[in-house]
Amino acid sequence: MAELTAIQKSLLENIADLHEVPTGAYNIRSDGGMLGRNTTANIDIVTKTDKPGIDIIIKPGTKNQSVHIPVLITQTGLKEMVYNEFFIGEDCDVVIVAGCGIHNAGDEGSEHSGIHTFHVGKNSKVKYVEKHYGTGEGTGERVMNPSTEIYMEEGSHLEMETIQIEGINSTERKTYARVEDGASIVIKEKIMTHDNQVATTDFKAELVGADSSADICSRSVAKNHSKQTFRSNIIGSNACKGHSECDAIIMDEAIVEAIPELTAANIDASLIHEAAIGKIAGEQLIKLMTLGLTESEAEEQIINGFLK
Amino acid sequence: MLELKNISYLVEDEGLGDKKEIIKNVNLTIEDGFVAITGPNGGGKSTLAKLIAGIISPTSGQILFNGEDITNLSITERSKKGITFAFQQPVRFKGLTVKDLITIASGKNITINEACGYLSEVGLCAKEYIDREVNASLSGGELKRIEIAMAIARKTPLTIFDEPEAGIDLWSFQNLIHVFENIHEHAGGSIIIISHQERILNIADRIVVIADGEIREHGTRDEVLPKLLSQAAPSPALGDESDTALGCPTLLDKIKK
Repeated sequence: MAELTAIQKSLLENIADLHEVPTGAYNIRSDGGMLGRNTTANIDIVTKTDKPGIDIIIKPGTKNQSVHIPVLITQTGLKEMVYNEFFIGEDCDVVIVAGCGIHNAGDEGSEHSGIHTFHVGKNSKVKYVEKHYGTGEGTGERVMNPSTEIYMEEGSHLEMETIQIEGINSTERKTYARVEDGASIVIKEKIMTHDNQVATTDFKAELVGADSSADICSRSVAKNHSKQTFRSNIIGSNACKGHSECDAIIMDEAIVEAIPELTAANIDASLIHEAAIGKIAGEQLIKLMTLGLTESEAEEQIINGFLK
Repeated sequence: MLELKNISYLVEDEGLGDKKEIIKNVNLTIEDGFVAITGPNGGGKSTLAKLIAGIISPTSGQILFNGEDITNLSITERSKKGITFAFQQPVRFKGLTVKDLITIASGKNITINEACGYLSEVGLCAKEYIDREVNASLSGGELKRIEIAMAIARKTPLTIFDEPEAGIDLWSFQNLIHVFENIHEHAGGSIIIISHQERILNIADRIVVIADGEIREHGTRDEVLPKLLSQAAPSPALGDESDTALGCPTLLDKIKK
């Protein structure tokens, strides 16, 4: 594999906590091309032939293995659309780390849109982590639009963690899950926007199976003049449990919208939504100030903890 | 040493547009050692504590700490000068853990062992709590102990505890006294304890009685306590040695003008 540049290394560290090339299966995409790939006996990665992107094929029974598929963009003005598809066999237990880092030093916008599709086999367990991070001294916008579609077979479990803490000017996140008998999905979202950033998230979970469940939890902080929109829609058409929660800290002149939807189409569907938007509680600031922090240090601690 | 000089605190009564005097021209010198502040509910005890910590500012008067005028200093500045305030009602934080708060309180990076030591001092099994979030999953009593553990971690020359015993049912009373002694041993200075409990008053070097925003009594325990006890009508809280009696309305609420 080609040597990583300092910028690529820094992006990798921010989006995947990687200091070096990961162990196990990986595919690193950089500026629209492939920077490196490794497959293992159980995990194959194949370049799609009909459109940009890759297929990640995980053999049934694969346990305690990981796949890293980070995307790096360092070229100003680059715009790409990538389709990645995960085929996870039955009885697997795997960790998938995706994520995208953009370093834009120029004046043209850089944009990454990715559509990730997951086919989670019966009784498989998947942890999916996706971090988004932007940096660079240029005036060019950094835009990311991730879409995720998740099809969960009987008895499977997927936990998705999506994190966007800094530097993305505009993002539109769409996540859809279809959950079969006895399967469960947990989604944890953490977002911080600042300056004039805009972030929209849209979760939709269809609980079609008996004893299926979905738990969607979003924590966000909106600073300065940024704007966030949170939409969630849980549709229960069987005996199921659905819970969504949106918890936002609003600061300065920011705007946060929370639009929850619940649809129950079965008498045994139990669906709950909770939403709370508010500024940092004054008593929290005061408590930390009595411990010796300044007001801005206290604010930082509260936000860091909230998004941890 | 802490001195309050002619401290008054007025608030607007929103309903009537009147001004209400919560603290009325209080002059008080707090010497080193254990000082208990007691008196009826609504008498101004917690307000006085907030004035000392800088959470509210007096309408008039002056506050001196070790001879320095701190009346116009912020909460943070007073904290850095060595004033600690353990709240009556501890604050919850989504996301911050017990370890985070104790680390902030100690003002430096501390090891897990050190943090656990502070928790053990307040009777919490450290391993179970150290990584817990200080959120709604903790009970009022647990939060109260963590609040006290933060005060121990700070070990400053002035610590104010606002009703430290309230809500702590099963923790032995001796432990609480041990905590006060420990802080005093390490940091010297004064420990102010706002309390209704006779057992707290019994360990105080000096007792201050506040009612209707005014100092009614101030003297050594031997001077003040007998007066309080003789004024009070017999109460179930008196002489009840079980810890579950802590936090009940007590005899001191019955003090009349």
